[in-house]
Amino acid sequence: MVLDYETLKLIWWLLMGILLIGFAITDGFDMGVGILLPIIGHSDEERRIMINTVGPHWEGNQVWLVTVGGALFAAWPLVYAMAFSGFYLAMLITLFALFLRPVGFDYRSKIDDPRWRQTWDWALFTGSIVPPIIFGVAFGNLLLGVPFHFDDMMRPIYTGGFLQLLNPFALLAGIVSLLMVIMHGATWLQVRTLDSLEWRATQIAKGSSVALLISFALAGLWVAFAMDGFVITSMPDPGSAFTPLLKEVSTRAGGWMLNYQQYPWMIAAPVVAFLGMIAVFIFSQISKHGLAFISSTISVSSIILTAGFSMFPFLMPSTDNVNHSLTMWDAVSSKLTLEIMLFVAAVFVPLIIIYSFWTYRRMWRRLDVNFIRDNKHSTY
Amino acid sequence: MISEHLVDLSRLQFAMTALYHFLFVPLTLGLSWILVIMESVYVMTGKQIYRDMTKFWGKLFGINFALGVTTGLTMEFQFGTNWAYYSHYVGDIFGAPLAIEGLMAFMLESTFVGMFFLGWDRLSKRQHLGVTFLVAIGSNLSALWILVANAWMQNPVGAAFNYETMRMELTSFSELFFNPVAQVKFIHTVAAGYVTGAMFVLSISAYYLLRKRDIGFARRSFAIAAGFGMASICSVILLGDESGYEVGDVQKTKLAAIEAEWETVPPPAAFTAFGWPNDETMETDYAVRIPYLMGIIATRSIDTPVTGIKDLIEENEGRIRTGMTAYALLKKLRDGKDTEENRAAFDKVKDDLGYGLLLKKYTANVTDATETQIKAAARDTVPPVAPMFWAFRIMVASGIAMFIIFALSFYNCAKRQEYKKPWLLKLAMLGLPLPWIAAETGWFVAEFGRQPWTISGILPTHISTSTLSADSVLNSLIALVVFYTLLLIVEMYLMIRFVKQGPSSLHTGRYHYEASAERS
Repeated sequence: MVLDYETLKLIWWLLMGILLIGFAITDGFDMGVGILLPIIGHSDEERRIMINTVGPHWEGNQVWLVTVGGALFAAWPLVYAMAFSGFYLAMLITLFALFLRPVGFDYRSKIDDPRWRQTWDWALFTGSIVPPIIFGVAFGNLLLGVPFHFDDMMRPIYTGGFLQLLNPFALLAGIVSLLMVIMHGATWLQVRTLDSLEWRATQIAKGSSVALLISFALAGLWVAFAMDGFVITSMPDPGSAFTPLLKEVSTRAGGWMLNYQQYPWMIAAPVVAFLGMIAVFIFSQISKHGLAFISSTISVSSIILTAGFSMFPFLMPSTDNVNHSLTMWDAVSSKLTLEIMLFVAAVFVPLIIIYSFWTYRRMWRRLDVNFIRDNKHSTY
Repeated sequence: MISEHLVDLSRLQFAMTALYHFLFVPLTLGLSWILVIMESVYVMTGKQIYRDMTKFWGKLFGINFALGVTTGLTMEFQFGTNWAYYSHYVGDIFGAPLAIEGLMAFMLESTFVGMFFLGWDRLSKRQHLGVTFLVAIGSNLSALWILVANAWMQNPVGAAFNYETMRMELTSFSELFFNPVAQVKFIHTVAAGYVTGAMFVLSISAYYLLRKRDIGFARRSFAIAAGFGMASICSVILLGDESGYEVGDVQKTKLAAIEAEWETVPPPAAFTAFGWPNDETMETDYAVRIPYLMGIIATRSIDTPVTGIKDLIEENEGRIRTGMTAYALLKKLRDGKDTEENRAAFDKVKDDLGYGLLLKKYTANVTDATETQIKAAARDTVPPVAPMFWAFRIMVASGIAMFIIFALSFYNCAKRQEYKKPWLLKLAMLGLPLPWIAAETGWFVAEFGRQPWTISGILPTHISTSTLSADSVLNSLIALVVFYTLLLIVEMYLMIRFVKQGPSSLHTGRYHYEASAERS
């Protein structure tokens, strides 16, 4: 391939962003639906309507997460190793929450008993609300820096505890992530349901878009004015292979804002994120539900881009030894692996998008009580 | 140094989660093709009963599939959470097939499985069959990539160590993909999955036939399962993956352990049909030997010798000594003495670096190991023999028993006699646990037999773990066992419930238990 190593590293940074966005905008809405299940689904039939709007899709959506995990392993093995082992307990809690989803979706409708179904409703709720909070908290901690370092054999060593992950800024980031998923799920339900469910979803969409706007703005101010960012002061040639041990990093107040000074076009990401939230509110208000969902999708994508742009080129800064921070220059796989994986992704990501669209188009319709009554035994 | 306790617990957790996961995967692999067969007959003949068959067995498929997905998530997380050093050391190679599995296979399977369940009235007949087909293809491709990754652990080809990044790096993707171990493993494992699917359908159909209910439904299912099972069990037995044991160091060790072959004997070796391998004395007590057979099974020839365990240990001791030199040179290179001369010296011995790392279990510095420690590390290179010996024999015995069941079922189906023979139907029912016993013991032979390595000859299990406290792994292990067991109970409950309801669970009004049922 004609691409040099440096360019490949950059492309993979973008590609990981795309996969993460794919996860957030697809699994995001079905997790949102799961969270809203006990909140706006007042009867078993209403809850079945909600579940069946995502019924044919949640399984494929969840694979975006699996793919993010796999791609992380293949492209940034050090990040995969450090993040998963360092955040051990948090990862396991996420995992246990995720366990509840496949069984919740598949088993809930199998038995017509109120207690059975209520149990699975709560399982779906838990499985949907825990991961976005933890992912948000984890992201908050990435911005703050994580206590880890490597020994001379490049063995990753995490020195922090679990409770220190639950600091105020990280919790705010968890709230941003949660509200983002709720807004996304609510806009989805607006387009896919009717009558009272549609009305309740609209109220939630409006409320969550406002709350998200406030918390996202707060988080932004915090990052800009009350947090130290990380800056690389010297490192080997980005086109060469080197370990994170070989560069020098310093921290400085407002350091996460430097990219926006250097590349002003990056400001588009937070701006579009805000505009998207406002658009969700307006379109929900005037009953343009399709546009509200599209706005939500754009907003969610832009929030993730904002986080990525602020930290670039850092992926996981270290507070134990700032020089050991993981960046997209040095936590990355070999050139050959990146080339091959880029080829695979270039073929399959578009293919996945095409066939996923086909399934959405095929199943697209608004669901109501009659649909559930007519298909009592064959739907979720 | 890394605590023994942490390593053992991490291994136990991996083994437990993998064995659980492997309860569900083979059934998914096999049942997906059986659904394709049933639905194809429906599309070709237009007979409603084949649609009902697809839907009913599809329901059971779904109950199983949910736990396959659930337990699979753990596998995706676990390399990072519990095997962080492994993830760093070999992620450059091992991560690729896992990521490709997600992009190429799992995504396909999961996107269309929802359409399979919920798309019946939104798709045309042919479109739906296409969806079912894509689910089957997806699950099989998924197995392919996972086994490419696994085969690389058994026989690491197409990769080299880079001292600058302190890890293994990919040198040839085609060698990774066309790894001979991957080829035989894939065939053997998916065929074992097909056997599992077939035995599942065969046994449950036999239950309906014994109860004389839903006869038409059950006979058709039984026939498809018998035919599909017959073809699959033949492939499993003829293409057993011991043919992949000729290549790679660990594979040879496994073969010697499976056969409790302590000494290298002149070919063709005898097969020990029965006995009690004793790791202390390095002899097999009460051995019953069949001449020639082992050489023929293992090497598919009568003149290739099978290397015995004692010789393997001696050979490995030499490699450990070279590995110590490699480790010393690596230290020099990483301490800034990055001279042409040191690099050349390191390149000569770096293939044995992994053997040097085996000493990390005994001394952190490797280079200061004593003679006793070197001997101990060399002894470690062969896993305990008795569990290997017995697990392999249980797997083979299950395979032979299944062959007999499928052969009898197939023969009687061809003669249209199967539903009249209660002994056959009872036998088919009794066969239900066999594929799972074979799959789990087979997994054990392949992975326990890989010890003491995570990557054969490259990375010892002992240093592959994350830097965690043993307590946190113990807690997660307990939590996983409890949670998995609860899920398994729920799954079994639903399975049994729906098996008992049979096709009446479709609420078509055509089957046993239904008011308007005309006995089909």
